[in-house]
Amino acid sequence: MAGKLSFSLVSPEREVFSGLVDQVDAPGVEGDFGVLADHAPFMTALREGTVTVLDGGNRRQFEVEGGFADVTPAGLTILAERASEVAAG
Amino acid sequence: MASLKEMRNRIGSVKSTQKITKALNMVAAAKLKRAQDQAESARPYAQKMASVIANLAAGVSGDDAPKLLAGTGAEQKHLIVVATGDKGLAGGFNSNVIRAARERINTLIKGGKDVRIIAVGKKSRDGLARLYGDKLVHTFEMSDHKVIGLPAAEPIADMIAEEFEAGRADVVTLFYSRFQSVISQVPTPKKLIPAEVAGDAPPVNLNGAVYEYEPSEEEILETLLPRNITTQILAALYENQASFFGAQMGAMDNATRNAGDLINSLTLQYNRKRQAQITTELIEIIAGAEAL
Repeated sequence: MAGKLSFSLVSPEREVFSGLVDQVDAPGVEGDFGVLADHAPFMTALREGTVTVLDGGNRRQFEVEGGFADVTPAGLTILAERASEVAAG
Repeated sequence: MASLKEMRNRIGSVKSTQKITKALNMVAAAKLKRAQDQAESARPYAQKMASVIANLAAGVSGDDAPKLLAGTGAEQKHLIVVATGDKGLAGGFNSNVIRAARERINTLIKGGKDVRIIAVGKKSRDGLARLYGDKLVHTFEMSDHKVIGLPAAEPIADMIAEEFEAGRADVVTLFYSRFQSVISQVPTPKKLIPAEVAGDAPPVNLNGAVYEYEPSEEEILETLLPRNITTQILAALYENQASFFGAQMGAMDNATRNAGDLINSLTLQYNRKRQAQITTELIEIIAGAEAL
């Protein structure tokens, strides 16, 4: 497997998540998508929904609203007006 | 000349004033720390937003560029947003911002432009309503919000967008106080519409790959630009908050020091006077004893 994906989830008030992960699944306006390391650069608006972060065996979920995902060679950045972690359960 | 009792009262009152200013200073210092942290944690979002927009703006140009980015092409109608605090006791913080805004407004009026004003913060309204009462569109009070956050910035951004879309504004400028350091806050104008594309944002290196957009580039830009206004306002509000506490800290520090100086000189006067009185009394007693 290729290297890890650098992912950060930021809201206007704070940086909600930042770190290296294996995979991120996000709800795009035109369909859900997953991002792995070395993804081709692209940008999309996000629907209201859940962003899932997969790293090793760990799985964290974040509720986002009004966001954008920006994939560059440097990694994935999600800008969301509101973002909060969903309690694991 | 004041009597000893009067002087004692005076010293007492200055001392209690000093206690208040000292307390306010410490409160401001504690709040400043929090405001600074807040301003700092808001920075990644604003930076990212700026670089994304710079990226997009480079690709979209000409007539199909969104109006929020390119402007209406006219420069006749100006909307000035002036953000200050709701409270005073912060040295020149409020008046500096208001003065900077007033200078700009006066130049614009002299140049024959139409000016409308949105006041953010009670002090801004108080400072501007007297001079430009007929131009004041709306006042937002920050004290309606317990903490500064999106709920505080959104209505302001909504109102700006509304004014812009209704054709009542060509250029929107926001005046706020940039937090440079605890001792220095700079009143700064920031152009919201047309959007200022950050020149210092580093272009994203794509290694030759082509960006893909979902939905189209224009659509993304169109939803992103109004959000950018909210973000910019929020960032300005955070900076303002930090500046306010910085200015208040400085002002209260000065006031505490001044009160200390005043107490010293009053105490000196008081002691001298008391000594003089004792001496006079002694002389009277001795003179009386000698006379017997």
